[in-house]
Amino acid sequence: MEQLPLLSLSIWLPILGGVLVLALGPGRDDMARWLALVVSGAVFVVTCLLLVGFDTGTAGIQFGESRPWITSLDIHYKLGVDGISVLLVLLTSLSTVVAVAASWEAIQTRVPMYMAAFLIMEGFMIGVFSALDAVLFYVFWEAMLIPMFLIIGIWGGTNRIYATIKFFLYTFFGSVLMLVALVYLYTQAGTFDILELHDVQLSLGEQVWIFLAFLIAFAVKVPMWPVHTWLPDAHVEAPTAGSVILAAIMLKMGGYGFVRFSLPITPDASHELAWLVIALSLIAVVYIGLVALVQEDMKKLIAYSSIAHMGFVTLGYFMFNPQGIAGGLIQMISHGFVSAALFLCVGVMYDRLHTRLISDYGGVVNVMPVFAALFMLFGMANAGLPGTSGFVGEFMVILGAFKVEPWFGVIAATTLVLGAAYTLWLYKRVIFGRITSEHVANDMPPMSRREKWVFAPLAALVLIMGIWPAPFLEIMDSSVLNLVEQVNQSKL
Amino acid sequence: MAFGVPQLLAILPELFVVGMAMAILVLDLYLRPSQRGITYTLTILTLLGGAALAAYLIPAQSQTILYQHFIHDRLSAVLKVVLLGMTAVAVVYARRSLQRLAMFRGELFILVLLATAGMMLMASAGTLIMAYLGLELMSLSLYTMIAMDRDSVPATEGGLKYFILGSLASGIFLYGLSLLFGASGSLELAVIAEHAATEGVDDPLLVMGTVFVAIGLAFKLGAVPFHMWVPDVYHGSPNPVTIILASTAKLAAFALLMRLMVDGLGAMAPQWQEIAAGLAVLSLIVGNVVAMAQTDIKRLLAYSAIAHVGFLLIGMAAAPAASDGYMAPVLYMIMYTLMGAAGFGLIAIMHKRGAAGERIDDYAGLSQTHPWMAFMMLILMFAMAGVPPTGGFMAKLYIFQAAVQADMIGLAVFGVVMAVVGAFYYLRVVKTMYFDAPEAAMTPDRDGLARGVLSVNALAVLALGIMPGPLVDLCLYAVQGL
Repeated sequence: MEQLPLLSLSIWLPILGGVLVLALGPGRDDMARWLALVVSGAVFVVTCLLLVGFDTGTAGIQFGESRPWITSLDIHYKLGVDGISVLLVLLTSLSTVVAVAASWEAIQTRVPMYMAAFLIMEGFMIGVFSALDAVLFYVFWEAMLIPMFLIIGIWGGTNRIYATIKFFLYTFFGSVLMLVALVYLYTQAGTFDILELHDVQLSLGEQVWIFLAFLIAFAVKVPMWPVHTWLPDAHVEAPTAGSVILAAIMLKMGGYGFVRFSLPITPDASHELAWLVIALSLIAVVYIGLVALVQEDMKKLIAYSSIAHMGFVTLGYFMFNPQGIAGGLIQMISHGFVSAALFLCVGVMYDRLHTRLISDYGGVVNVMPVFAALFMLFGMANAGLPGTSGFVGEFMVILGAFKVEPWFGVIAATTLVLGAAYTLWLYKRVIFGRITSEHVANDMPPMSRREKWVFAPLAALVLIMGIWPAPFLEIMDSSVLNLVEQVNQSKL
Repeated sequence: MAFGVPQLLAILPELFVVGMAMAILVLDLYLRPSQRGITYTLTILTLLGGAALAAYLIPAQSQTILYQHFIHDRLSAVLKVVLLGMTAVAVVYARRSLQRLAMFRGELFILVLLATAGMMLMASAGTLIMAYLGLELMSLSLYTMIAMDRDSVPATEGGLKYFILGSLASGIFLYGLSLLFGASGSLELAVIAEHAATEGVDDPLLVMGTVFVAIGLAFKLGAVPFHMWVPDVYHGSPNPVTIILASTAKLAAFALLMRLMVDGLGAMAPQWQEIAAGLAVLSLIVGNVVAMAQTDIKRLLAYSAIAHVGFLLIGMAAAPAASDGYMAPVLYMIMYTLMGAAGFGLIAIMHKRGAAGERIDDYAGLSQTHPWMAFMMLILMFAMAGVPPTGGFMAKLYIFQAAVQADMIGLAVFGVVMAVVGAFYYLRVVKTMYFDAPEAAMTPDRDGLARGVLSVNALAVLALGIMPGPLVDLCLYAVQGL
């Protein structure tokens, strides 16, 4: 059991499974669906084994694997997880199962290719979270753009081509500058090993440049204001499952990049330029929150709310204290559940009426009571109501912010008001009231059993994490403390 | 020691290719048109045999033989293996498309072999004479191959344009060579190298010669501002010839560049590094920006080739100061040869009821009608864009690594930004194939061999991104002898 390379398994199993699904060829739609579900389920089980065997007492790397990959540049195929990344790996495998199950009936064209794209992307995403070599990380980081590009472009909405090319170019542009920074670090340190890069000595000037290169890469991915404009487009056009993965995982990669690269490698520049990130984060929280309020398209509204919530994450990180960083991480996990669930909710309605406009709905509670209850739960979590997972992260970040500068806390706390406003107003207009059109009355059957099962794990996790967040915090605790120590230790 | 068995052994691959070319020339006279397959097969076997010989005869250390005319070292041997192997691959791709164009004739195969012999001599040139002879042997064969599609106006125009501009460039190149000869008093690269090391910039003749030679080489490589011919010639040439033009001919020009600029004028590196950097910046801008406006896939790939030369030249500019030396540009060029051959090969294999489909829109919905071919093109497009996990990314990684190491961070940043600009038009091809509704009935040739080799070629580009080790080691091995 101990010898089994669990991380390699959880990277390559979905990739090989994806190739297998692709090899089924067109026509065998049902077989592709089931195979994809089985493979993603198996990967989920494998990643659960990671959690079972995880030792919460150490900040070190666990389940490490390392073998030489490209010897001339001393690049290794090096994997491993700590308390921060193990949760994200688990989030990825869970989200993929949900994504596969959610696309069961909604996707009817080129099904094997669709399922294969999701499986292959899962492998790449787990690779991003478990890579401990910078080049390996970069390869996974970029490679996952390809399946996502195809998913949005082939199965997306009417304006999909504009959206997917914008998505690809934005994120590609962000990451290439990171590549230059990584190569520069290599020339300084003589290695691409991320953990060794944490210890490399850099002058403040060097740190600032490297920090900025990283910032562009991660800010585009998170996304932070003002480089967020690709996200609403991509979300609106992507198929439901694509939005789920985008919101639940892909945005988290940017956040993960900050804690894995920016903070530990360039601690002094992080302190020096914290004002910049904090300012951008607060703008995201307040301004994007206001933007979300006026959206007429449900998916766009949730996309903007994602940006606002991710602003919270970055704000938490740059408080440099345990509450802020742990809060940011918890917020990432929670947002992974909540935003995925909200996109699924929109997907459920879209599958029935084929419109995302808020004004086309109204009185849905009368025809779909169970759905209304679930939507309510996730809406509350999105608004950060105590007892849901959304509250824990936001509370911790605000706490961390108050410790540094009360004003940050005060401004950040407006999210509780704004979040409640846009979520509840959306909810009121869509779910409550009288049935506004005969489409709603006639074309919206109650949720099927499959749809309920898709929501079940997310609903459970949102509640568990809201009521009893201790296990999650315990897993990341030592790693967070270690990170706080690293970022507060000057390299000068 | 001037002439003997060891010397003959060193040039055995060249002798083999030229000898076989003569033999095939005679044999072909006795073949009926329906038996042309024999010529085709023999040509491929000759090229592969030459590659095997070149691989077998890789020398342990560098030798200069035949009155200093011929350099027999690891770099030349490795490049020859790639040149011969990839030309063979190009011939495999070309079969059906040559038949469609009524160019499936003995003369064409002879010209391919002679052009290849010229390329081999370019890779091994030890004197200025040999460099020029190799270059002209290749160029004249190529001019003729392009113009062989007699009834096609674009092909005739392309052939003539290539000939006129190529002659002009050859003239400039030759003038540069004569200046080098005048400065050093010798045709031998080794003597010129010594002279450059002692005199350097103090000798105006040498500096002038370096500049003219650089211009000639930039023309052959298709670097901006000497790129005007590239799109027209690539576009006008019959598809099968474009494969060779875009892949091995380019590699041969690069081999010649290595010989002259590194072996001969290595001491002038500080001078030509600046030229290379300038040409790189211009090539990246013009290649990438103009490519965006193209609607013809061959023109698009032609401008993309110009942009790739830009990346290559970043590597050349950085190489003298990088720890792995010229490994990065050699790797990049070999990778581009693989990508270019497969890319243009795929275009040659695809046709629209017998007519070559060259608009990008002809590929609309290819992923639904021919998913495997579309997937191969997908790999190639992402590889050319430099997206992992393809070989194109690894090649770019080494280029940027060399640039950062040489303290040319500005150039590296410019390069990566241009890579993003480039990604746009490669994505457009993918978009057309995958997102658009099927339109024209493009079909691949019913030629199992060509399709199989194309698949291997494209999958090799992908595999070299996942496992670049062997190729990197080969390139390191090749440049260690320099």
